[in-house]
Amino acid sequence: MAGFILRRLLLLIPILLGVSILMFVILRMAPGDPAVAYLKLSSIPPTPSAVAEARQTLGLDRPILAQYVSWLSNAVQGDFGVSHVTRRPVIDDILHYLPATLQLAGAALLFTLIVSVPLGIWSARYKDRWPDQLVRAFAFVGVSTPNFWLGFLLVLLFSLTLKWLPPMGKGGWQHMIMPVLAVSFMSLAINARLLRASMLETASARHVLYARLRGLGDRQVERSHILRNALLPIVTATGMHVGELLGGTLVIESVFGWPGIGRYAVSAIYSRDFPVIQCFTLFLVTIFVVCNLLVDILYAWLDPRIRLNAEAAI
Amino acid sequence: MSETLTIENLHVAAQHGHHDHVLVDGVSLTLRRGRILALVGASGCGKSITCSGAQGVLPPGVRVTQGRVLHNDTTVAPERLRGRVVATILQNPRSAFNPIRTMADHARETLRAVERLDGDWRSRTLEAFATVGLEDAESVLPLHAFEMSGGMLQRAMIALALLSDAPFLFADEPTTDLDLIVQARILDLLDELARRRNLGVLLITHDMGVVARLADEVAVMENGRIIERATTREIFDNPQRIATRELVEAHMSLYPEVA
Amino acid sequence: MSVASLDARASRRRMWRLPIRDSWAVRIALFIVALLAIAAIAAPWIAPYDPDAVDLARRLQSPSLSHWLGTDHLGRDELSRLIYGTRVSLGSVALSIVLILALAIAVGGLSGYMGGRIDQAIMRFCDCFLAFPTIVLALFLIGILGTGMVNVIIAIALSHFAWYARMVRGLVLSFRQRDFVLASRAAGASRVRVFFEHLFPAIMAQMIVLATLDIGHMMLHVAGLSFLGLGVQPPTAEWGVMIGDARPFVWSMPMLILWPGLALLLSVMAFNILGDAVRDRLDPSLHGDHQH
Ligand SMILES: Nc1ncnc2c1ncn2[C@@H]1O[C@H](COP(=O)(O)OP(=O)(O)OP(=O)(O)O)[C@@H](O)[C@H]1O
Ligand SMILES: [Mg+2]
Repeated sequence: MAGFILRRLLLLIPILLGVSILMFVILRMAPGDPAVAYLKLSSIPPTPSAVAEARQTLGLDRPILAQYVSWLSNAVQGDFGVSHVTRRPVIDDILHYLPATLQLAGAALLFTLIVSVPLGIWSARYKDRWPDQLVRAFAFVGVSTPNFWLGFLLVLLFSLTLKWLPPMGKGGWQHMIMPVLAVSFMSLAINARLLRASMLETASARHVLYARLRGLGDRQVERSHILRNALLPIVTATGMHVGELLGGTLVIESVFGWPGIGRYAVSAIYSRDFPVIQCFTLFLVTIFVVCNLLVDILYAWLDPRIRLNAEAAI
Repeated sequence: MSETLTIENLHVAAQHGHHDHVLVDGVSLTLRRGRILALVGASGCGKSITCSGAQGVLPPGVRVTQGRVLHNDTTVAPERLRGRVVATILQNPRSAFNPIRTMADHARETLRAVERLDGDWRSRTLEAFATVGLEDAESVLPLHAFEMSGGMLQRAMIALALLSDAPFLFADEPTTDLDLIVQARILDLLDELARRRNLGVLLITHDMGVVARLADEVAVMENGRIIERATTREIFDNPQRIATRELVEAHMSLYPEVA
Repeated sequence: MSVASLDARASRRRMWRLPIRDSWAVRIALFIVALLAIAAIAAPWIAPYDPDAVDLARRLQSPSLSHWLGTDHLGRDELSRLIYGTRVSLGSVALSIVLILALAIAVGGLSGYMGGRIDQAIMRFCDCFLAFPTIVLALFLIGILGTGMVNVIIAIALSHFAWYARMVRGLVLSFRQRDFVLASRAAGASRVRVFFEHLFPAIMAQMIVLATLDIGHMMLHVAGLSFLGLGVQPPTAEWGVMIGDARPFVWSMPMLILWPGLALLLSVMAFNILGDAVRDRLDPSLHGDHQH
C-alpha cells in the first residue's frame, strides 16, 4: 500500500507540470499584450517606450522557455509574483482568502455525503414506491437547479420571509447553512441517484443471492453485501464532486458575500490581473488533483482486489 | 419415519407484459434425510427456478403463483427455510462470494444467520474447512474469492453449507465450472458428507454419470413438469419416457463402458 | 406468510413507475424545447417590446396587462428580455457544442488513427485539460481571453472538449479492430472513405448522446458566468445577467430574480429529460440508473 501511495504521489508531478505548462502557453498565446494589460492596470499610458519597459520588467522579452523556467523556479519557492492591481504578493492574497473557500467547500462535501447516502439507500430500498419516487423527483430537480438562483430562493425564504437565518456574510454556523445547501444541492442529487443505481445493480449480483440463500436477513444483506459494494463507485464519484463543489463555491460566495477566494478571483479575472489568475487556477487544480489522489487511495484501500494487487506489485 | 422436506405443487410464472408465462407447472418433490435425489432435464426446463422458488429468492419479474414447502408435514415460510432447513451450493462459486469480503466474514455471517455464532466460531469454521479438504484452513480464512481457485471456492461453499448445519442440501450443478479432476473430488466429497452427516440432497445436474454414481432416486423434468420419477437403477434400466430415454442414451453413447 | 402472497405484493409494487421515465415527461420536455426554439428564432416578432428599451418612468413595475411580467430597474420589459434571453442561452450552448464536436473529432480522431507516440502525446495533453474542474478552467480562460459571449463560448468548449476527444479516440480504436473496417480497407477503400462511411456516423451518434446530456449543464455554466459578470455582458438580455441585474432588488422585487431562474430551471430540466431519452434510444450501453 505504501508503494502504491508513493507511486500515485509521484504521478502528481507530471500532471501539475503539464497543467502549469498548458496555462503558461495559453497565457502567452492569448490575444492582447500582457504588457499593455499591465500598464492599463497601473494607469500608465501605453506609449511605445512604456510598453518596452513593461515588457522588460515582466520578462516578456526573453524566450518563452526561459520565462517558464524562471516562473516555475519562483513558483516552487512560493513566489507567484505581484498582483498588478493590489501590488501585494499574489501568494499572500490567495492564502488569505483560500481558507474560507475550503471551509465552505469542505462543509458542502460533508453535507453531500451525509445526506445523499441515506437518500440513496432509502430510494433503492423502496424501489418504485413513493420514497423512491420522491427521491428521484428531488434528484431530478436537483441536477437542473442553478445553484446561484437557489441561493437567492433560500435567502428569500429563510432570511426575508421567515427571518431565521442571516442573509449574508461569515460568522457562526447559521451563516453556513444556506451557502452549504446551495453549493451541495446538485452534487447531493447526483450522488443519491448514483448510489441508488449502484445499489440496485449490486442487488442483482449473484453474491447477494448466495447471501440470502445462506439465511441472512434483508437488512444484513443490504448492509454487508449491497451497500458496502455499492459504495465503491460513490467513492470514485466523490473525486468528481470535489471539482463541482469547488466550482459551485466560487459562484455561491458572490451570492452570500462569503469572503473566500471566489470573489477575489472574479475581480482579478474581470481586471485581467494575470499573476493572480495563474496562481488561483494552479491552487484550485492542485487541490482538485490531490483530492482525487486521496480518493484513489481510499478506493484502493477499500477494495481488496486493488489493495492486494498493489501490495503484490511491490 | 425419517425427516422429510416436501415441495408441494409448486407453480412459478414470469410476467410477460400482461400475461404470465409458466416456468414451473405443479412440481412436487420429496427429499428424505440420508438420500440423494437427482433432478435432471434439458437446459431451461425449470430446475433452477424450482429451487429458487421453493426458497423465495426468484429474480424480479418471476413469482410463485401456487404451492408450498413442508418440513416434516408442517408448512415453512420460504425465508425460514434458507440456511436453517436447507443449505445451498451454487455453481460458479467465484461470483457467488462477495468479492470484497473474506472467507472468515462469510463464515461468521453464515453462523450468525442461523443463530449459531458464538465465541467458538473460529474453531468450528476451521474444522469445517478441514472437513471439506481445504488444507491449511487457518490461511484460508483471510482470503478473498479472487485469491482462491475454483476448486477451493467450491469446497469453501460446501464448508459454509456444513457450518449452517441444515438437514437438507440443494446443490445446483455444483461442479459445472470445474476441471474434471476437481469435479470428481468435489463429487466424492459431497457423496461422503451426505452419507456421513445424513443429509437429504437435491442434486441438479446435466451429467448422467454423476447421477449414476451418486443418486438414490431421479426425477426427470421437462417444460416445468416432473415427467418421471424412479430409483436410479430403474431410470437407467427401464426408462419410461422419451425424454428420459434420450438422456440415458446420450450418456451411454458417450460412456458405453459404464453400462 | 406463503410464498405466493409475498410475491404478489412484490408484483403490485412494480405497477408504480417514476413519472420521469414515462413518455409524457419526454413529450412535455419536447414541447418546452420547441417553445424555447421558437422563442429564440422568432424573438423579434413575439417579444412585445424591445428588450433593451430603457424607460425610467416605468421602472420596477409589477406585472400588469401591458407588462405581463413587470419591468426591471431600467424599465425594460421583463418578458421581452426573457424571450430574447433564450437566444443567448441556446445560441451560446449550441455554438459551444459545435466547437466541441469539431475539436473532439479532430483531436480524438487524430489520436486514434495515428496511434503510437502521437496518440500518447495527445492523450497526455488531454489529461492536462481533464485535471481542471470545468468551471475553474472556464474561469481561467475567461481571465486570459476577457469577458463576453464569444470568449464564454470558447471557454466552455475548451473546458469540455477533452472528455469528448477521449471518447472519439476510444471509438476510433475499437472500430479499427472491427472486421468491416478491415474488410473495406482490404477492398481498397481509402482511409477517408472508411472514416466518412463507417466511423463518422457512429461517432456522431455517441457524441449526440453525450452532448444532449451536457446541454443543461452547459446552460448552467453560461448563466453562472454571466451572473458573476464574467460571461455575456449587460445590457444583453441573458438569464444569468438578468439575475445579476436584479440582485439589488431581491428584497423589493423578488419576481425579477424568480422569472429568469425559473426559465433556466425549466430549460435545463427539459434538456436533461431529453438527454436521458436520447441516451435510452440511441445507446443502451450508456444506461445509467434509468434502466431500473
Ligand atoms: N428472470 C427470468 N425471467 C423470466 N424467465 C426466466 C428468468 N430466469 C429464467 N427464466 C426462464 O425460466 C426457464 C427455466 O430456467 P431455469 O434456470 O430454471 O432452467 P434450468 O432447468 O435450471 O436450466 P439449466 O440446466 O440451463 O440451468 C427458462 O426457460 C428461462 O428462460
Ligand atoms: Mg439451472
